Amino acid sequence: MLGFNTINTQLRSFFIEFGELSFFTFKFFKVVFKRPFELKELMRQCYNMGNRSLLLVVITGFIIGLVLTLQTRPTLMEFGAVSWMPSMVGISIVREIGPIITALVCAGRIGSGIGAELGSMRVTEQIDAMEVSGTNPFKFLVVTRVLAVTLMLPLLVIVGDAVALYGSFLVENVKGNVSFMLYFNQVFDSLEFGDILPATIKSFFFGLAIGIVGCFKGYYCEKGTAGVGKAANSAVVFTSLLLFVIDFIAVFVTDIFYDL
Amino acid sequence: MNSQRDISKREIVLQIKNLNKSFGDNHVLNGFNMTLYQGENLVIMGKSGSGKSVMIKCLVGLMEADSGSISVMHNDITKLNQEALDILRADIGFLFQGSALYDSMTVRENLEFPLRRHTKKFKGQIDTEELVIEALSNVGLESAIDLMPSELSGGMKRRVALARTLILKPKIILYDEPTSGLDPITSKEIIILMQDIQKKYNTSSLIITHDVDCARVISDRMILLINGTDYAEGTYNELSLSEDSKIKAFFKH
Repeated sequence: MLGFNTINTQLRSFFIEFGELSFFTFKFFKVVFKRPFELKELMRQCYNMGNRSLLLVVITGFIIGLVLTLQTRPTLMEFGAVSWMPSMVGISIVREIGPIITALVCAGRIGSGIGAELGSMRVTEQIDAMEVSGTNPFKFLVVTRVLAVTLMLPLLVIVGDAVALYGSFLVENVKGNVSFMLYFNQVFDSLEFGDILPATIKSFFFGLAIGIVGCFKGYYCEKGTAGVGKAANSAVVFTSLLLFVIDFIAVFVTDIFYDL
Repeated sequence: MNSQRDISKREIVLQIKNLNKSFGDNHVLNGFNMTLYQGENLVIMGKSGSGKSVMIKCLVGLMEADSGSISVMHNDITKLNQEALDILRADIGFLFQGSALYDSMTVRENLEFPLRRHTKKFKGQIDTEELVIEALSNVGLESAIDLMPSELSGGMKRRVALARTLILKPKIILYDEPTSGLDPITSKEIIILMQDIQKKYNTSSLIITHDVDCARVISDRMILLINGTDYAEGTYNELSLSEDSKIKAFFKH
């Protein structure tokens, strides 16, 4: 009986939070095209998020490219299919691994940062101070951050993909003596517009999810320092889960288009 | 008593009638009433958790009251739209309990921030730099202009927050626990600063506090907030000499 009650309470709070998040997202789309546009703050956020996540994305992408190639090589050699390596790595990085790994890295770096920053602003009444001074804090803090991460994530994915492919090339160059031109010619020969477009669209949605969840958790943070920690932590956990759900939906929809 | 009579002849700048606010079963404000006159320092005293901060947040529209009316300079703020409320807020300064300085901005940017939306108040002729320096010189902190809030002490933060409140030249200033968390000497400095500002700009001040010394020095009139109601009203001397046990409890040291 106790177990049923606990599940009931957890389900209830999940649906309440889901409802609040939906309302928050609706509010974002309602005000995003309304004046005043906080362009200066948007640029500042784009710079902060893009610039500060760049190194992390580059390192992660490079290691993913190296590891993927090193792990796959022996199996492909067994089947005498090492020449397929650039195509295989290219498609898997561009279509799936690049966007999802970059998004997960950014969920940890940007999502938790937004959750903690807005959370501490809520707790220390900075958001109230902003409202009293006549500035709409939702527009100034939430809209700019969500837009910035939505715009920056596809760019970070492109950088991450490029670095991962370069990492893969280094392994192929050392182990198989494959030239730069040959490797990348094969990569681009195997890639189609249908591989790049869905991945780019998917990256925008990943960015939107990171921004919306991070801002939602921070903006409605509970009082106290524990609330700030909880906001940052739950922003990462919830975003990571949401990224996989979005990924599944994106792949499902793309698959339908491929069949057509 | 004479000075109190003089004050009541002045223009009413802020009036609350029968204000009610509850959070679930917790009835924080139960028909609270108050009136603030032009140029007056009104202190509202109450225990922690008695609803002082809730009341002051209802006053500026940060919280919505369940019922009752709030009139600020003859505008019922419960009936104003967002744009009108923002315009009215330019005439109301709010000093937050924890200073609430934007910690990602310098002192200069903190002070410039309220000016972004209220350029109309200065009829377009606005020299941001001049206003920032004037506001900082009022609190004696011109040298801190390029510092970050994290580089300031508690007292300095409170003074910068006061400068940010002053930059729009408000007609009413709301102080939420202006001396809380400060040492006695810094508290005294802040109180003197508040008096100086009141004299210089002839502002009306509503001060929420549970600091008896602050109330004694600064108040023209006091209201005691007990059980969500305006339990008692009078000057500091009148209330401190009261025989009512609930009132006496505030003035025991």
